[in-house]
Amino acid sequence: MTKAILLLEDGTVFTGKAGGRVGTTTGEICFNTGMTGYQEIFTDPSYSGQVLVATNVHIGNYGIKDSEVESESIKIAGFVCRNFNIEYSRQMADRSIQDYFEKEGIVAIHDVDTRALVQHIRTRGAMNCIISSETDDLDELKKRLDATPPMAGLELSSHVTTGKPYTIGNEDARHRVAVMDFGVKKNILRCFDRRDCYLKVFPAKTDFSEVKAWDPDAYFLSNGPGDPAAMSYAVENIKKMLDDGKPLFGICLGQQLLALAAGLPTYKLHHGHRGINHPVKNLKSGKSEITSQNHGFGVHEEAVYDTPSLVEATHINLNDDTVEGIRLKNYPAFSVQYHPEASPGPHDARYLFDEFVAMM
Amino acid sequence: MRDTSIQSVLIIGSGPIIIGQACEFDYSGSQASRSLREEGIKVALINSNPATIMTDPVTADYVYLRPLTPESIEQILQEHQEDPNLPTIDAVLPTMGGQTALNLAIDCEKLGIWEKYRCRMIGVDTAAIETTENREAFKKLVSDLGLGVAPSFIANSYLEGKEAAQKIGFPLVIRPSYTLGGTGGGFVMVEEEFDEALKRGLNASPTHEVLVEKAVLGWKEYELELLRDALDNVVIICTVENLDPMGIHTGDSITVAPAMTLSDTAYQDMRNQAIRIMRALGNFAGGCNVQFAQNPENEELIAIEVNPRVSRSSALASKATGYPIAKIAAKLAIGYSLDELKNQITKTTSAYFEPTLDYVIVKMPRWNFEKFHGADHRLGLQMKSVGEVMAIGRTFNEALQKACQSQENNRTGLGADKKEWMRTEDILNRLEKVYDDRIYRVKDALRLGIPSKTVQKLTGIDPWFIGQIKNLVKLEDRLMRFNVAEDIPKDFFIDLKKNGYSDSQIAWLLRIHEREVTQRRKELGIRRVYKMVDTCAAEFESKTNYFYSTFDDLNESIVSDKKKIVVLGSGPNRIGQGIEFDYCCVHGVLAIREVGYEAIMVNCNPETVSTDFDMADKLYFEPVFWEHLEEILEHEKPDGVIVQLGGQTALKLAEDLDKKGWNIIGTSFNDMDIAEDRGRFSDLLKDLDIPYPKYGVANDVDAALNIARDIPYPLLVRPSYVLGGQRMKIVINDNELERQVLSIFKHLPDNRVLIDQFLERAKEAEIDAIFDGDDFHIMGLMEHIEPAGIHSGDSSAVLPHYSLGPIVVQTMAEYAERIARALNIKGLINIQFAIKDDQVYVIEANPRASRTTPFIAKAYNVPYLNIATKVMLGTHKLKDFKIEQKLDGYAIKIPVFSFEKFPNVDKRLGPEMKSTGEAIYFIKDLKNPYFRELDRNRSMYLYN
Repeated sequence: MTKAILLLEDGTVFTGKAGGRVGTTTGEICFNTGMTGYQEIFTDPSYSGQVLVATNVHIGNYGIKDSEVESESIKIAGFVCRNFNIEYSRQMADRSIQDYFEKEGIVAIHDVDTRALVQHIRTRGAMNCIISSETDDLDELKKRLDATPPMAGLELSSHVTTGKPYTIGNEDARHRVAVMDFGVKKNILRCFDRRDCYLKVFPAKTDFSEVKAWDPDAYFLSNGPGDPAAMSYAVENIKKMLDDGKPLFGICLGQQLLALAAGLPTYKLHHGHRGINHPVKNLKSGKSEITSQNHGFGVHEEAVYDTPSLVEATHINLNDDTVEGIRLKNYPAFSVQYHPEASPGPHDARYLFDEFVAMM
Repeated sequence: MRDTSIQSVLIIGSGPIIIGQACEFDYSGSQASRSLREEGIKVALINSNPATIMTDPVTADYVYLRPLTPESIEQILQEHQEDPNLPTIDAVLPTMGGQTALNLAIDCEKLGIWEKYRCRMIGVDTAAIETTENREAFKKLVSDLGLGVAPSFIANSYLEGKEAAQKIGFPLVIRPSYTLGGTGGGFVMVEEEFDEALKRGLNASPTHEVLVEKAVLGWKEYELELLRDALDNVVIICTVENLDPMGIHTGDSITVAPAMTLSDTAYQDMRNQAIRIMRALGNFAGGCNVQFAQNPENEELIAIEVNPRVSRSSALASKATGYPIAKIAAKLAIGYSLDELKNQITKTTSAYFEPTLDYVIVKMPRWNFEKFHGADHRLGLQMKSVGEVMAIGRTFNEALQKACQSQENNRTGLGADKKEWMRTEDILNRLEKVYDDRIYRVKDALRLGIPSKTVQKLTGIDPWFIGQIKNLVKLEDRLMRFNVAEDIPKDFFIDLKKNGYSDSQIAWLLRIHEREVTQRRKELGIRRVYKMVDTCAAEFESKTNYFYSTFDDLNESIVSDKKKIVVLGSGPNRIGQGIEFDYCCVHGVLAIREVGYEAIMVNCNPETVSTDFDMADKLYFEPVFWEHLEEILEHEKPDGVIVQLGGQTALKLAEDLDKKGWNIIGTSFNDMDIAEDRGRFSDLLKDLDIPYPKYGVANDVDAALNIARDIPYPLLVRPSYVLGGQRMKIVINDNELERQVLSIFKHLPDNRVLIDQFLERAKEAEIDAIFDGDDFHIMGLMEHIEPAGIHSGDSSAVLPHYSLGPIVVQTMAEYAERIARALNIKGLINIQFAIKDDQVYVIEANPRASRTTPFIAKAYNVPYLNIATKVMLGTHKLKDFKIEQKLDGYAIKIPVFSFEKFPNVDKRLGPEMKSTGEAIYFIKDLKNPYFRELDRNRSMYLYN
């Protein structure tokens, strides 16, 4: 079994065994606590530039099913787990995780004390890392790691957005929704499609006038990777969408961009929320939901509470009281920090799509 | 929001331990009680089982050890209404005591008792119970939701049953309505077996109703544990995958968490369906368990069963995740919503969340078929196991092998020991027909080169699990290429340990001594680390004391500088060793904490209160198996280890502890060994001038026959080291003696045979006592109603004695004290006597807590285990306690059997224990009709 090494920016080293492609990869390390849905996570464009640690100890056990993806390719930069299971049993699966990683060129390390690693990230915060299964020369790896840019200030959406606009669904559907693709997950599009919406998906940097020209009933701001503060192009567009007066809904990065457009600052979280068990309370209904989350940046809570005339918090995280959803006071616009489309994760928050459609 | 109108709650327990309803309900009831008392609520508790922690004054405000009948309930409600010193009971929580409590609550509802005393039922609604217990109503509910159900028909007669079978075809399943643990249910593979099975099913159901259902054999089986609050918020606490596919009762299945072979799409489908079913059931706040079958081809789901209450599975889910379901369910029942409560482990995050695991748990049932001669060992829809173990690891294989090590069935892991099978034919046969040993046979098959596909086809076990076990075989193939421990490369050694191999297995495979493997392992620095069960996969900081071992880099169990005492638990429940020892361990732990020491609990039984992480200062959820224990001791370096409280399991480890120089708290190993070793003990009795039945020790049949020449028949024949009188028999001639001796050597080859004079028509009595080196205190003297020859665990014991003369009683007390002094007992001792013609004989002495200690503590209302532990520790002397035995009349310990689970087994009682549980029954005097009935039948069931 080939050995592999994981070096963190702060100098911490973990050793393990190589999985996937033999090679070297860098990215910002983060962990996800979900016990199902590795395939959806690998292909979620929001994970662009991230090296993912799975806390669930067996990964690969149900194989890979080609249709259960959130984009056309693997988006994570590298992968770390405890037990990398090449053998799988799911009858509906198409291939093994090893074949999949090799095909997509993903470098992985396993047989790592992932719990110790998670505790390290939890304490020290998110940081860059490098995985290599081709060299154990720490000096060389350190050099390459130093050359990796930090996540803060990084604009990544333009790397994962669609090259050109495309449509989804039935042209005669009841509603027309313009989707701004900052790295959109397929299941968001499916959720709209199922609600009688015709979608046009626009590249991240499409000018507002072009979007408006399609004459949508509503605007949607997708999820995506990177630092929202580095996306002034999107923020300018969103301001114009708000002024257009049509319903607008944002998810994850979409919430951060909406906040920036409304004049609220964002910040980088210490180590992010990533998992499928995060509790969120809907302050309107008083009921709560288990949500799927994946974000390393967030909207500044105090700014939300300090400007009650501009914005209200609609959802809060029950674990740490962070703002999970906002609604603008003067525009038909709202957003959530988590993923109501789930995939992976519980379907508790799907009602948000219904609420959005009802506004159209 | 907490409903402040609820100030006093009645919790109903589950009664005596029977197969299908064990100490998991002591755990849930105790948790619920503590949870409610935290809120300032006064808790009244009814349960007839004296061996429970829930019925202890430490758990509840008002304890009622009464029969679980509507009359008792009414009496309690009335007493509370009339007595100004007792609070009126506002509400009853019936969801913590299994089906027994639910059924009782429904009976009381029908009789109008709750209404009459204005007592609200909380945590459940009766309509929901009716729906889930009535097979037809449940099917309708599920199919009305548009969800999958297996095609089925209800039958109330033979005719209807046969018609149903004709429509469905074979194989099919018969499921009787309103029964516990699948009693009377089963698969019918062919038409010829149908009539018999239908008859059994109709008879088993109290309403003579069965569901005849299409069998979905080979489908995968899953269980989800749900919690719902009054706002209709629902969370899934745990998803459990059954390794054994549909067709085997979940209580008899090996189960795994988290689900190992479920994709997110398949899992979310299941989650959504479970939530819809729970919401459709009614509007109760509390726990619920939903079981599904999944077709592995297309992932189609069928809802199998729902339990709208805490269950064996929720106890397991609590231990598996660290999320205390019963504790939270109790809070939900009094009006809290989940978002108002905190995660009990992290203490900072919300209770409204779904736990995530960064380890694997394997639950493995513990069977006791050797106790039920003539019982069918095959597994099916009816639960037959008497207990279970849970093991935690960072790989499936590690957890699986740790589960095997926890079983105490003389296995040292999954195979790789002398108990492996060699004949392909036998193995293939056992794969197809499901017996209790199937998991070992799967390994044997793979080891002998039977293709994984064949194993999969015969067993229906998901290929992923088979693949993991196959990996063990590959590791063993590689290991066997080495000759000595020094040759094993370090990385490979670590791989073996990460796959759960014990040193003993590695030694067996290399044909070397275990000691050499352990020594090499330690030289290489391959040591266990301890990780937390924290509900959140380390996402948040937790301050929990709940640990398991694994082989990884970082150790999280920080050793304190306090004085530490380790308490060894009693492992899985089995006949002869059950909940009563858990009661003892819990009291031990509490007493240790009271005197200011750190209490460290080691146990592997997920049903128990001792493995509740609220109990000890530190809980190691680990096999009570020497290798694991030694690693814990070397890590913690405790000041002492208590072996007196965990039954024979703990006592058995005393020798190793002593050899390795660990301090045994209380009576020394040598003195305990005198009591345990028949020869040494008889020599002692002789020296003390105490009569004992004549006996001899034989190593073969000839020696046994020789002994029979000196001691007249009938003789009591048994192996020298066993639990609960296993393979103990009374023989009346040479022929029977020869057969019995051969049978013992066949089944327990390393044993010697003890042959005792059997005292016919003798009375039996026992004493439980505490000795502190100076003072001797008799906790209780019990007289058995049944004659000597029936195992003490199967006898009805009356406290205090009722027919023995004062001279006999005094003699017994004197002998007991003489023995305790001679054995230098420090702590507990139990001595059993036979009395024939006013002559007192000592039969045996147990230098530890006995099965009857909790019974005595309850009957006299004295915290005896607390006192005994403090005496053992040496922090107190008996004279430091004011002991007042309060008992008006007599208390009878009544054995309870689970014979209905084994239709072909007679209720014959003899020297081998068969009861699974016990109840306490108080009588004012000997005119009591119940007592007279027991007394009349006292000899009836005596058999050899």
